[in-house]
Amino acid sequence: MAEVSLRRIVKAYEGDVQAVKGINLEIADHEFVVLVGPSGCGKSTTLRMIAGLEEITAGDIAIGGTVVNDIPPRDRDIAMVFQNYALYPHMSVYDNMAFGLTLRKFPKAEIDKRVKEAARILDITPLLERKPKALSGGQRQRVAMGRAIVRDPKVFLFDEPLSNLDAKLRVQMRTEIKKVHQTVNTTTIYVTHDQVEAMTLADRVVVMNHGIIEQVGPPQELYHNPATKFVAGFIGSPAMNFIPARLEETSGALRLMLPDGATLNVPEARVARYRSHAGKPVLFGIRPEHLTDDKPTDKTNPAPLTLTPEVIEPMGMETLAHFRIDGAEVSARLDPATPAAVGQPLRLIAHMDQMHIIDPTNDKVL
Amino acid sequence: MAADGSLAVSAASGTGRASSLERFARRRSTIAFLMTLPLLVVVIGLVGYPAAYGIYLSTLNRRMTGFMEGDWLPTGLGNFEILFDSDTFWMVVWQSCIFAISAVLLKALIGFWLAHMLHHIPTKGQRKWRGMLLVPWVIPPALSTLGWWWMFDPSYSSINWILNIFAVPAVPWLGEPWWARASVIIVNVWYGAPFFMIMYLAALKSVPEQLYEAAAIDGATSWQRLRYVTLPMMANIISITVLFSLIVTFANYDIVRVLTNGGPRDLTHVFASYAFQVGILSSNIPRGAAVSLFMFPILAVCAFFVLRGVTRRNKEQM
Repeated sequence: MAEVSLRRIVKAYEGDVQAVKGINLEIADHEFVVLVGPSGCGKSTTLRMIAGLEEITAGDIAIGGTVVNDIPPRDRDIAMVFQNYALYPHMSVYDNMAFGLTLRKFPKAEIDKRVKEAARILDITPLLERKPKALSGGQRQRVAMGRAIVRDPKVFLFDEPLSNLDAKLRVQMRTEIKKVHQTVNTTTIYVTHDQVEAMTLADRVVVMNHGIIEQVGPPQELYHNPATKFVAGFIGSPAMNFIPARLEETSGALRLMLPDGATLNVPEARVARYRSHAGKPVLFGIRPEHLTDDKPTDKTNPAPLTLTPEVIEPMGMETLAHFRIDGAEVSARLDPATPAAVGQPLRLIAHMDQMHIIDPTNDKVL
Repeated sequence: MAADGSLAVSAASGTGRASSLERFARRRSTIAFLMTLPLLVVVIGLVGYPAAYGIYLSTLNRRMTGFMEGDWLPTGLGNFEILFDSDTFWMVVWQSCIFAISAVLLKALIGFWLAHMLHHIPTKGQRKWRGMLLVPWVIPPALSTLGWWWMFDPSYSSINWILNIFAVPAVPWLGEPWWARASVIIVNVWYGAPFFMIMYLAALKSVPEQLYEAAAIDGATSWQRLRYVTLPMMANIISITVLFSLIVTFANYDIVRVLTNGGPRDLTHVFASYAFQVGILSSNIPRGAAVSLFMFPILAVCAFFVLRGVTRRNKEQM
């Protein structure tokens, strides 16, 4: 059993700078959890505290039910894959993978069996005799993963393992990591700043910001029901549009008044949820994929909107159009066949079933 | 027409010569050669010529009027034959090897220990300690050895005075052969260990922290991290530093000259001090040159093996 529990974890550095501010997190056995957030949000520090590479200022970390606060990394039964691989340059691939087992005095036959099995899973058998210098970035990353797999630890820790790879290799290795997890099924904690990695790999995503956890949930939950403005803006690419607006109630119906004078009807199902904010300024959040060109097939509470594009970016399978409403930048995803042109007013529709209303006083999604 | 034509041809060929000369001057290899020329001149003038002249000198007789003839060695190698037959010379060879190997080994160990200690001091205080520990290496050795000479003096030895406080009998530092040898080594280690320290500190700083973290997670104790990460990662620096120090220590002159002057009974001579004694003090320059030439094959063998190891590791790791 390898659940990981973080209870009120605090990490403070000299001068009372708190990198992690009392976070709580329960990670189930076999679960793949991704910690995601911008640089300096405390995700790597949290991972390093789980690994035992950083001391905990306050709180408890338990692995498999045992509090490990004072247990050194080597006795925590964890394995870690580092961003820059951290392979021993003077050892062959085989020795790199066998090192942890050799130190733990495993029998030679057992070490050989495990290294060869891991090499087979990762497809690096022909590379076993090479030195890390003779490997490509992707191969090095596989070896780093192999070194973790052979140990058969309670928990895998990944610290931005794909950041040093080029875009194409990153996608390929992402799939490999997912496959490996499906094969070995070990509890995995993965740190990244890339929300696409987080969404594609995780059973649950933990979004962190300024040393606190903003939201924990399955990727789809985070995408459809973000709890805060930060999560709404961080998850999804291009990022969600936030337009300052005012909620107005007229004869039981709610309407969003945008600063450019446009009016959008709030779907009936949401009226009760937002009624208490009627008459107040709010932020209207809508993802670019829910702000599209007007097509007769769209039936998800469409609300028409006419905007003038400032920039048009044809991407092939879609076209991104960028607008401005009262200083706020707004993006929309258009059908590539739509004849959009800069400076020419364009009729769009907002899919109001997918909209979010944010309270600007506390940045919570209503 | 004909005259015009020939003029044009000769002008063209003139341009061709100029451009090929220009091409030659602009070649990367030509530029590289010209830029290294000053260094080549310095190396030839200060290393090549004296070395060749030293070899020539070693073949002459004492009066330097002709070649030194031996009983069974070809003409000009008589000095070497005499040295081979000399017990004092073999004692110098043995003494030089003992001195160089033990001093370099101690310097390397103490330097490594100091570097390790410094590496773990926070950066703020590190500079202060680094500066203080470098002092022995910065003071001219002839001066600092004079200081040590006073400390070893049989009548006024401050070291013996301290030993007496702890009821330890006075040590004849420079009077007994083994103590004199030890004194020379102690002073050489005191002088040379900071060089090792600074080299090893730089090497320690270049080992990526993540390798230690990976090793800690892999299950390595601090001793195993030193054994399996630090030492292999520093192997090249250790080899090169040891080689450099071996060369300098083998050729050491000032410490022996100031501290013991080769005594007692020539038992602390090393190659350089013995060469000086034979060549300058005894006015036999050719034999002195022959003594100093003996360092070359010993150091050449060391350098060959050390540099071969460095090249091999570089190929594997870089």
